[in-house]
Amino acid sequence: MKKYILKRILISLFTLLAITLVLFILLQLMPGSPFNDEKLSDDQRAVLYAKYGLDKPIYIQFFKYVANMFRGDFGVSYNISKNTPISQLIAQRLPVSIKIGFQAVFIGALIGLMLGIIAAVWHNTIWDTLSTIVSVIGVSIPSYVFALALSYQFGFKLRWFPMLYSTSREFYSSMLPSISLCMFTLASIARFTRTEMLESLNSEYIQLAESKGIYGFRLIWRHALRNTLIPIITVLAPLIVDLMTGSLVVEKIFAIPGVGSLLVTAITSNDYNVVISLSFIYSAMYIGIMLVVDILYGVIDPRIRLSGAVNE
Amino acid sequence: MSDFVENENEAAAGFYGDDFQLRGDNEQTKIDTNFASMGYWKEVRFRFLSNKSAVFSLAAILIIMFFAFVGPKMTKYTYSGQNLPQKNYAPRIPGFDDTPIFNGNEKLNTTTGSKIINGYKANGDLNVYYWFGSDVLGRDIWTRTWMGTRVSLYIAVVAVLIDMIVGLSYGLISGYFGGVVDSVMQRFSEIVNGIPRLVIVTLLMLILKPGIATIIFALMITEWIGMSRIARAEMLNLKEREFVLASRTLGAGNFSIIFREILPNIIGQIITQTMFSIPTAIFTEAFLSFVGLGIPVPQCSLGSLISDAFNSFTTHSYQIVPPILILALLMLCFNMLADGLREALDPKMKEM
Repeated sequence: MKKYILKRILISLFTLLAITLVLFILLQLMPGSPFNDEKLSDDQRAVLYAKYGLDKPIYIQFFKYVANMFRGDFGVSYNISKNTPISQLIAQRLPVSIKIGFQAVFIGALIGLMLGIIAAVWHNTIWDTLSTIVSVIGVSIPSYVFALALSYQFGFKLRWFPMLYSTSREFYSSMLPSISLCMFTLASIARFTRTEMLESLNSEYIQLAESKGIYGFRLIWRHALRNTLIPIITVLAPLIVDLMTGSLVVEKIFAIPGVGSLLVTAITSNDYNVVISLSFIYSAMYIGIMLVVDILYGVIDPRIRLSGAVNE
Repeated sequence: MSDFVENENEAAAGFYGDDFQLRGDNEQTKIDTNFASMGYWKEVRFRFLSNKSAVFSLAAILIIMFFAFVGPKMTKYTYSGQNLPQKNYAPRIPGFDDTPIFNGNEKLNTTTGSKIINGYKANGDLNVYYWFGSDVLGRDIWTRTWMGTRVSLYIAVVAVLIDMIVGLSYGLISGYFGGVVDSVMQRFSEIVNGIPRLVIVTLLMLILKPGIATIIFALMITEWIGMSRIARAEMLNLKEREFVLASRTLGAGNFSIIFREILPNIIGQIITQTMFSIPTAIFTEAFLSFVGLGIPVPQCSLGSLISDAFNSFTTHSYQIVPPILILALLMLCFNMLADGLREALDPKMKEM
């Protein structure tokens, strides 16, 4: 077990380092330098280079860069808001994105579980068909289609919720974005729960429990569901990826001041520094979550440890 | 497939008419039915055709493909031709002048209430028809929607090619040779997989010009991993089998064993995996175009059409409907088609 965890951690760290290297190389390749002023003489430029450590060999610059990244010092923004530290920009926006993402996961997991259980318990009935239809639609249709439809119907036509995010009515205005983001989570969890639940309902220990006189809610809750929940961890990782990409568009549609919309603005306004810092943060978050999921899964299912990795 | 074996087949199945005696109710004795044996592909075709949603999806995809090729030629407009005086016309189809949606009327909400206007009548363009309406620059939405669909279908083909060429070979080679080769190749794919797709794509957009070539390149870096995993797992499963050993004993080389012995045995899983990568690829393109990193103007894709129409979707909501509808339909149908194919090709496989 220790060996397995150690291996996962090493691979994750190595991946993060590889990403940082790529980011560093990209930064070197980017056109334009803050010291490209023609008024500067060569001596002045040399002094500036020495001050910022740019005269050092490239690998020392890289180590310094890595150290800065891991400390959360990302430099300053060039275009979006001049000379504001990027860490400050991100610190304002990250909580908003995380909050909406968390709400989406919560709503999606809750409703998805319920749909999946209903579909499995009343297998081959109209409820099963309905829940399958919902999950096929949720898996296939991109979240921004939901976002546009919801914002048109409930924001513009019915005016139940605000169309644009406002900090004064945070909860209300975060409802539509969360719902449109949660659809994919909801659908995949419903689908997965249904399959797993059907399997455990047909298994022998459920027959035993039934023969002991356990039935109804207690049978499903205490006996069938517990074994169903374990494999659901495997679908978590792809869901988080979807939340990340989904948030980009959904934040654009609802004008949410989150990290996703910051990334979009940074790309379109060529603010390389911000793009690269955000790429680092996204990667770090993603790798961290994948690591936790991998380890959790190894803890729960001993067979994984033997084979080495979750996804094999 | 319920053809109960009739007299002429009974001999083939090894039974004769008087081997068994019918007992009691005729209906109940039909519980057991004999099936004529079928080849694998015939069975696949049968299972696929009995799956209604998959057949429906296939039909819908074929119809969309047909319109993507023929649609732009059906009107006199080009996808980039602008006609500013005729901007923001609502959909109007000849012969439908009395039907609510396609008569060229649109309801405009103003501060004083809503009113119905008809751009065609107001400007005297009574002989002009925009089947899906015209956009803010007076371009025909019908033509643009189908041109955009072409891009999505193009991306779908590219996704299949990437899966087939890069992912498949990577997985097969890694699984076949095993040992150091496998370890190195697996660590590499683990690292690539550890980088979020979003980051890869955004970084590519920084160094390369936005456009279809960049999107294809981004797909090439990210799309192969799923396929390579499946191919490797299948390879590990099959390479110790007797038929491989037999073929090696007869002097077959590595190349021939991989591609002529093992590949035909895993074709089912490969087709399924390929089908599932199509919606992902279409989504990636539409997503990039929506964010503004996709196809440059005046070309268009479904994503960029949605993005353009989004800016006026509260005032001229008909503009956003066609691209969204086609995109949603494409994604839904490719997913259902892939589901149907998986069930047809490998009925034992667990549904995920």
